[in-house]
Amino acid sequence: MLKKFLLLSFVLIVGLIVWSCGKGKTSITLAGSTAFQPFAEKLADQYMTSHPEIAITVQGGGSAVGIQSANSGAAQIGMADLVKLPEEAKDLTATVVAQDGIAIVVNPQNKITNLTTDQVRDIFNGKINNWKEVGGVDAQITVVSREAGSGTRSSFEQIVGNIILKKDALIQDSNGTIRETVANDANSVGYLSHGLINEKIKPLKVDDQECTSESIVAGKYKLVRPIFLLVKGSLEGEIKNFIDFILSSEGQQTINSLGLLPAK
Amino acid sequence: MKLIGEKGVKRLLMITAFSAISALLLIALFIINEGLPFIFKYGLKEFLFSSDWQPHLGKFGIYPMIVASLWVTLGAMLVGAPLGVAGALFLSEYVPKSIMNIIKPTIELLAAIPSVVYGFIGVMVLAPIIRDNFGGPGLSLLAGSIILGIMILPTVISISIDSILAVPRSYREGSLALGATIWQTIHMVTIKASKSGIIASIILGMGRAIGETMAVIMVAGNSVNIPNSPLDSVRTLTANIALEMSYATGLHRQALFATGVILFIVIIILNSIASVAIRKRMVKK
Repeated sequence: MLKKFLLLSFVLIVGLIVWSCGKGKTSITLAGSTAFQPFAEKLADQYMTSHPEIAITVQGGGSAVGIQSANSGAAQIGMADLVKLPEEAKDLTATVVAQDGIAIVVNPQNKITNLTTDQVRDIFNGKINNWKEVGGVDAQITVVSREAGSGTRSSFEQIVGNIILKKDALIQDSNGTIRETVANDANSVGYLSHGLINEKIKPLKVDDQECTSESIVAGKYKLVRPIFLLVKGSLEGEIKNFIDFILSSEGQQTINSLGLLPAK
Repeated sequence: MKLIGEKGVKRLLMITAFSAISALLLIALFIINEGLPFIFKYGLKEFLFSSDWQPHLGKFGIYPMIVASLWVTLGAMLVGAPLGVAGALFLSEYVPKSIMNIIKPTIELLAAIPSVVYGFIGVMVLAPIIRDNFGGPGLSLLAGSIILGIMILPTVISISIDSILAVPRSYREGSLALGATIWQTIHMVTIKASKSGIIASIILGMGRAIGETMAVIMVAGNSVNIPNSPLDSVRTLTANIALEMSYATGLHRQALFATGVILFIVIIILNSIASVAIRKRMVKK
């Protein structure tokens, strides 16, 4: 009885594998930026509903992996969220599909509402260590940053410029944990993707410009990074169709409703 | 059974036993193969004793993380070992057996709680307490030590209890008959007789503390920083690997594997010291 059951389940599993591989679908793989990953998954779902003959797989890994796998062919489309694409990406066709603001956030108890770019740089460099130096209460600033290699961190450092992160800055490994840390510590400051701001943290104005969708789209808020889709060679066939879909008003609508900003 | 036969069973068991060893060998080979070339290229001294860890500038010094790993482990020992040994003594010497049989499995249940839950409690409860009462960012060496100290409790307590209970009854009876109190019996007879087991329990706890990753990432703050006080944030060797692996490429990735090599060596050294210590005690006894 047991043997029969085992045999039956084995046959079923093998059957399932063969069946799922053998449907002759065209498949597209995306890999890279974890910031864009949830958006890519949502867009892929939408696209597959209207195009059942296409199978799209979305993987994370980070921007560096996105560039690497687009180069090596491990993924047809690489995703990267960097201000400036590195040297390795020079042979890839890059399409900007969305923009993402980077918000400087503090605890809601903090009275500060605005910082200049220079102040932001000095705080993260460790030149300014107390909130009273920028007009706040007399308290030590707790700087929270991302780990080396993060797309958000390298974009932040490139836009602000000349940041050598101070040594005792706390390091958190995702936008979500940055948000938790800042929400829990009244004297902390961090940065995260604009789409992830909620009521537990307070975004600051930078150079008197608010971090809102309107001000980012208008080009006033300066901490903005593009999100690239990278393809080896020129855009054609199903891959072009999918990227066109993302750039269409329907795709851009999805991106916008989930918290990122449209490409243009 | 007849089908396989005595020799067949032996062979089967041998293959199974060797699979564990070969897994260890494969892991060691893989880490060394990925990490060692980097150490040669970058220079062992620079890698071990420089405190600059800036992967995007090509600077890879893990000295702060080695120091942090050792401090956090020491801190966890300071919290976990006294609590654990005292708990084990109380449970085995003062509490009736029927009650101990309920409490001991409950403590062992602590080991079944995933480390991410410990980390979460550390972030939500412990870090704010430290921040409000002692200052600093809260996510700190102290928080990491306390959380790890609690995490190693089940290991320390259950192995200590086992070794204390293994002390023959006649030892205690002899001591009590000579007029010693329970506490005199405990510290002059029971502890002495079960010393090697208690030390082994602490060392096993230490092994867990130095290898723990998730909880430490969540509560220690992860600054690449040589701590000046227990309230400073630190990054351990394990945290360094886990934090940066997902984004690392090229030289940075190799540097993380090299960090793994160093961690591996540190653990081997600690374990050897431990087993030598235990063996010496055994011989003395």
